[in-house]
Amino acid sequence: MEPVLAIGIGVLAGSGVWLLLRPRTFQVVIGLSLLSYAVNLFIFVMGWVRGGAAPFVQPGAPVDPARFADPLPQALVLTAIVITFAMTALLLVVLLASRGLTGTDHVDGREDEE
Amino acid sequence: MIAAHEHLAVVPVVLPLAAGALMLALDEERHRLKAALNAVSIAALIAACLALVVQADTGRVQVYAIGNWAPPFGIVLVVDRLSALMVLLSGALAAGALAFSLARWHRAGPRFHTLLQFMLMGLNGAFLTGDLFNLFVFFELLLAASYGLALHGSGTRRVSASLHYIVINLTASLLFLVGVALIYGVTGTLNMADLATRLPAVDEADRGLAQAGAAILGVAFLVKAGMWPLGFWLPGTYAAASAPAAALFAVLTKVGVYAVLRLSSLFPGGAVDGGLLLAGGMVTLAFGLAGVLASQSLARLAGFSLLASSGTLLAVIGMGDARATGAALYYLVASTLGVSALFLLIELVERARPPGADMLAVTRAAFLGASEERDPEEEDESGVVIPATMALLGLSFLGCALLVAGLPPLPGFVAKFAMLASLLAPDPVPGAAWGLLVLLTLSGLASIIAMGRAGLQVFWAHPALGVPRVRLVEMAPVAVLLGLCLALTAQAGPAMRYAQDAAQALHAPRGHAEGAPRRP
Repeated sequence: MEPVLAIGIGVLAGSGVWLLLRPRTFQVVIGLSLLSYAVNLFIFVMGWVRGGAAPFVQPGAPVDPARFADPLPQALVLTAIVITFAMTALLLVVLLASRGLTGTDHVDGREDEE
Repeated sequence: MIAAHEHLAVVPVVLPLAAGALMLALDEERHRLKAALNAVSIAALIAACLALVVQADTGRVQVYAIGNWAPPFGIVLVVDRLSALMVLLSGALAAGALAFSLARWHRAGPRFHTLLQFMLMGLNGAFLTGDLFNLFVFFELLLAASYGLALHGSGTRRVSASLHYIVINLTASLLFLVGVALIYGVTGTLNMADLATRLPAVDEADRGLAQAGAAILGVAFLVKAGMWPLGFWLPGTYAAASAPAAALFAVLTKVGVYAVLRLSSLFPGGAVDGGLLLAGGMVTLAFGLAGVLASQSLARLAGFSLLASSGTLLAVIGMGDARATGAALYYLVASTLGVSALFLLIELVERARPPGADMLAVTRAAFLGASEERDPEEEDESGVVIPATMALLGLSFLGCALLVAGLPPLPGFVAKFAMLASLLAPDPVPGAAWGLLVLLTLSGLASIIAMGRAGLQVFWAHPALGVPRVRLVEMAPVAVLLGLCLALTAQAGPAMRYAQDAAQALHAPRGHAEGAPRRP
């Protein structure tokens, strides 16, 4: 399970960084989204990968920490997802405003001179 | 049950939140009501911050558990000297920015007052929190509000500058998350005080991971602080932002510096490489110095002097000496107030000049030759009447220049003197201290040259251009901010003592430890 997750995070982060460095604003937005997926998965994995474990205990039942997932990274990921989601939405608006004002989707607001 | 006055610690976060949320519910056109609400809220905030400073100065570190949840599960706010001081500073800047905006800027967009309040909330939260992930949340809050403020007033230049600003800060936030996740993975806690006790006990095998996490966190903070390779976005964004927004942004780089300070206090025993900080700070200082000299517009000049002050702070903190850090904290307050006043002043000064007159004397002389300097109308020797406005503006400009360059009698000088004195105190003096001394002196010279050149061009070269229309409410914040600096000089003794005590607490092993959860 771990190698698959690690490779997945790596591929997401790599593609995200590559897109982030592209000159078109839309590519930058997609790059940031991919990068944020990678980071979210990364936080999630920090709570250890344990298939089928729930992050809460049964009332009354004996508690064995080895059988439960760590709930904190899950809460952190939830917060991080909400924040990056909102920021991406904001960035999209700025992207559109920039496109409308400058007439180009280049990140610098003007095309490279050939 | 917590005593009522204990709740003061949470006021700097809750008050702006409530005020900002209330303003959201108001109609867009009710600028006057919103401005009044904003002013009341900021006045109350400053009063609360003053009380916190007084309380912190007794040496007590207050740990406030939000919702009264015990620290391992809940989130704590920690009020010590440093955080109380930073909260007060951001309150003062916000008051200046608000007063300035009342003349016209606050009508330039529908949500100015709300954004201002939310930004304050983020700033205060970031300064007060004792939890690493909570720090991230407050960072995001203040950044989200700062994106809105950077865009305030709209226009092509602001939108493209903001686009870069947002992308860079989003990337830095992602790095922040990676760092937080690594540290949590290794230590199993995010409470800063708890981290300080657990980090030394980390297994040898995991230590590298924890240090990598701290390094990644550091990079995220240094992007905010504008350290050299990471700070290219700063002058452009700040120059493009509207004057009140830029004045408030002057504290943003200091948030980064503050976070670096806090982070390094968690690692007793050199896990944070001071040498790197020192080198980075020195390069930033040199870069800022060159930028100040090369700036063609006043706003960029202010942006670069902000970079230079950030570099000074990082370099001095990197020396890892408690006394030097204390002086650096004093410098932080003085330079932030000064640059903030400068950003406000620039807008007033530039009003007098024709649009597009951004080319300063150097370029004009180089490209047009000296003959252009002799305008026929200036031959009129009947004596120029200096209007009061112009005199006041000129005086304020002089004050800002003295402050930024670090000349007496303003606190920039006191701060630089104290920093150098403590750097040169050990015997033998380390080589890096000499390098820093040279750079600090040079940066003062560069600022004086650049500010003098700009001042000559603005106030003396073309007096016939007309006096800018300046309203009292716009001039007052500049005067008050500079007045605060004067007070900082007059009361340099107590202020410096406060800063030194704050620095001592940071350098003392586990100075933050009262926030640690009690474990059986």
